[in-house]
Amino acid sequence: MNENIKNITSTPLLQVKGLCKYFPVFSKGFFKKQIGVVKASDNINFNLVTGETLGLVGESGSGKTTTGRAILRAITPTAGEVILNYKNELIDLTKISHKKLKQLRPFMQMIFQDPFSSLNPRMTVQDIIAEPLVIHKMAKGSVLEDRVIQIMKKVGLKPEHKSRYPHAFSGGQRQRIGIARALIMNPALIVCDEAVSALDVSVQAQVINLLSDLQQEFGLTYIFIAHDLSVVKHICDRVAVMYAGKIVELAKTNEIFENPLHPYTKALLSAIPSPDPDKPMNMNISGEVADPGNLPPGCAFAPRCEFCVQQCEQQIPKLKHLADDRYVACHRSWNVEDSP
Amino acid sequence: MLEKNKNLLDIKKLKVSFFTEEGEIRAVNNVNFSIPNGKIMAVVGESGCGKSVTAYSILRLIQKPGKIMDGEIIFHPADDKPLDILKLGEKSDELYKIRGGKISMIFQEPMTALSPVHTIGNQICEAILIHQDVTKIEARKNAADMLAKVGIPNAKNRLDHYPFEMSGGMRQRVVIAMAMVCHPQLLIADEPTTALDVTIQAQILKLMKDLQKDLNMSILLITHNLGVVAQVADEVAVMYLGRIVERSDVRTIMKNPRHPYTIGLLKSLPSLSMEKTELPSIKGSVPSLTDIPNGCPFHPRCPYYKPKVCDAGNPPDLNAVDDNHDVACFRTSQIQNEIAGKERCRL
Ligand SMILES: Nc1ncnc2c1ncn2[C@@H]1O[C@H](COP(=O)(O)OP(=O)(O)O)[C@@H](O)[C@H]1O
Ligand SMILES: Nc1ncnc2c1ncn2[C@@H]1O[C@H](COP(=O)(O)OP(=O)(O)O)[C@@H](O)[C@H]1O
Ligand code: SF4
Ligand SMILES: [Mg+2]
Ligand SMILES: [Mg+2]
Repeated sequence: MNENIKNITSTPLLQVKGLCKYFPVFSKGFFKKQIGVVKASDNINFNLVTGETLGLVGESGSGKTTTGRAILRAITPTAGEVILNYKNELIDLTKISHKKLKQLRPFMQMIFQDPFSSLNPRMTVQDIIAEPLVIHKMAKGSVLEDRVIQIMKKVGLKPEHKSRYPHAFSGGQRQRIGIARALIMNPALIVCDEAVSALDVSVQAQVINLLSDLQQEFGLTYIFIAHDLSVVKHICDRVAVMYAGKIVELAKTNEIFENPLHPYTKALLSAIPSPDPDKPMNMNISGEVADPGNLPPGCAFAPRCEFCVQQCEQQIPKLKHLADDRYVACHRSWNVEDSP
Repeated sequence: MLEKNKNLLDIKKLKVSFFTEEGEIRAVNNVNFSIPNGKIMAVVGESGCGKSVTAYSILRLIQKPGKIMDGEIIFHPADDKPLDILKLGEKSDELYKIRGGKISMIFQEPMTALSPVHTIGNQICEAILIHQDVTKIEARKNAADMLAKVGIPNAKNRLDHYPFEMSGGMRQRVVIAMAMVCHPQLLIADEPTTALDVTIQAQILKLMKDLQKDLNMSILLITHNLGVVAQVADEVAVMYLGRIVERSDVRTIMKNPRHPYTIGLLKSLPSLSMEKTELPSIKGSVPSLTDIPNGCPFHPRCPYYKPKVCDAGNPPDLNAVDDNHDVACFRTSQIQNEIAGKERCRL
């Protein structure tokens, strides 16, 4: 990452404090009664500095998308604060009016997993990329056209393809269109939600490299959501591991990979099938991915955890600050380190 | 006694095309490989390269606008004489006995194989009753036994549950149970763990490996995930644009790949042990099957491409470069020299 950029501002670009998003659960049948809540995103805390990439990893249903969307207020959070440093003005995104939010939109963008379903099939690539600028009335005419061409070149699309429709592009190229569309707004913060997950490996590598290059060039800050840990390793400075709506571990990327402290992080890492046949994967992880709508009383990971003791079944562990930039939510996080 | 063949299945010169508005799409183009007895054979490649079409062809499940144009698929059952599956009548008894009996198949998305409106018990029993001469009560008992075998807790009670009441991982176990009840000699698994979380993927891969050993069957594993291949396969075929470009045992493919495409694929994997640097990638993208490059189909993306050698005439044949190691590249030996000494692959 670019150290110069990071040190310019001492205030983080983003401060997420106690962010929650709960969804109501209704009974089946005709008279739908609310019978509970899914704590899809529960008491999320972290800071993000300009130019940094934070990975948000975890298995399906762990609340990654919900957290990403709640931060950008694409959905209204149930509780908590999201404080954005917008040109040295601190703004709580959860409290502002829709009008103000619309004004801030260009500043924060999202890139989605499925490049195909997120692009309108009846629009040309040029119109798709230009659309956000048109909606926000930020450019028109030849200025707009020039800007589209400039961005297309930047993300590795051929400007002469600008009149084509999305179906004429491959998966990787469509993801480039999605990136161009986000980038044209000159954003500072981009949430990439499984942005490379659907791509074939040879193309995935190209798009990961593109995202890194763009970050260097424009000082972008990313929240990079993925279920694939090996992808995260390549692009993130820090990683937050989520399980059942909560962050269970947050640390610098190399620490997560070299010395994971939370038993779930350990399990997740050991289950990745290595392309080296001499490095066998752990095939002995028991249990099922937690259902955030039906959680046990204590630690959500307890039913699957090999280090589980009685306390774990009774009490929800808090995210503890262990050391510099190192957080773990595990009753036994002091001990697991010594375990085999 | 019939002499036991080394291979359970030999696929020879298989050609499958789809006839669309854009013309003939050669989805599988002259594919040759064998599935050894009692082994896990993986076919790996990026999306659209023809893996599923190859698998579907074995069970004759190709539907219009697709057509099997040519080739042989010789099945050597343990208990019967060999036969060419492609020569069987569309509605013949033999084909019927093979499909879901001697050869069964599971898919990426378990719900495609399960009916949402029937209990899993009824669905498994139905699969048993089609192929086996047992009573309903016996079938139900077999179904419960098989569910227990695939690791479903409380198997007996689970028989009365519906698929929507189960998680994705549990559903995939049910599908595997359904595929296993008739003791197939070959299980075709098309991206069986792609839709699953990584910890659940680990469980399902272990289950498949264990079943394969216990029952001494063969598995044809179709996947795009090279990690999965490395961890469970014995033999590997790498596909690109409807052709096999390299084939060998898993260790050779992962540690000593010889085709530039395989080398590139392995290099572009983000690895856990790697520093945060620029990822090596294969340039360009997979061309459309309606527009297959001349000569070697990989040449526009190949770092070892040589004009006039690689871009003209027919595609390179799959030739032996070693014992049990075939490569389809015009420049195999030159490339070997070019990169001799250099690190061929970072593994
Ligand atoms: N609109 C919604 N209504 C009800 N529940 C939801 C909604 N969106 C997500 N959820 C639930 O919240 C949990 C977290 O979902 P999500 O954020 O999509 O997870 P991830 O992106 O990590 O897979 C899941 O259990 C999901 O079913
Ligand atoms: N029903 C169909 N109609 C037209 N083309 C098809 C059809 N099914 C497959 N194809 C073509 O066959 C190629 C190979 O498909 P498939 O075997 O499914 O690839 P994969 O390797 O991803 O499993 C695809 O690229 C597609 O062009
Ligand atoms: S034949 Fe030529 S283009 Fe094809 S893989 Fe070999 S070196 Fe590369
Ligand atoms: Mg998601
Ligand atoms: Mg397929």
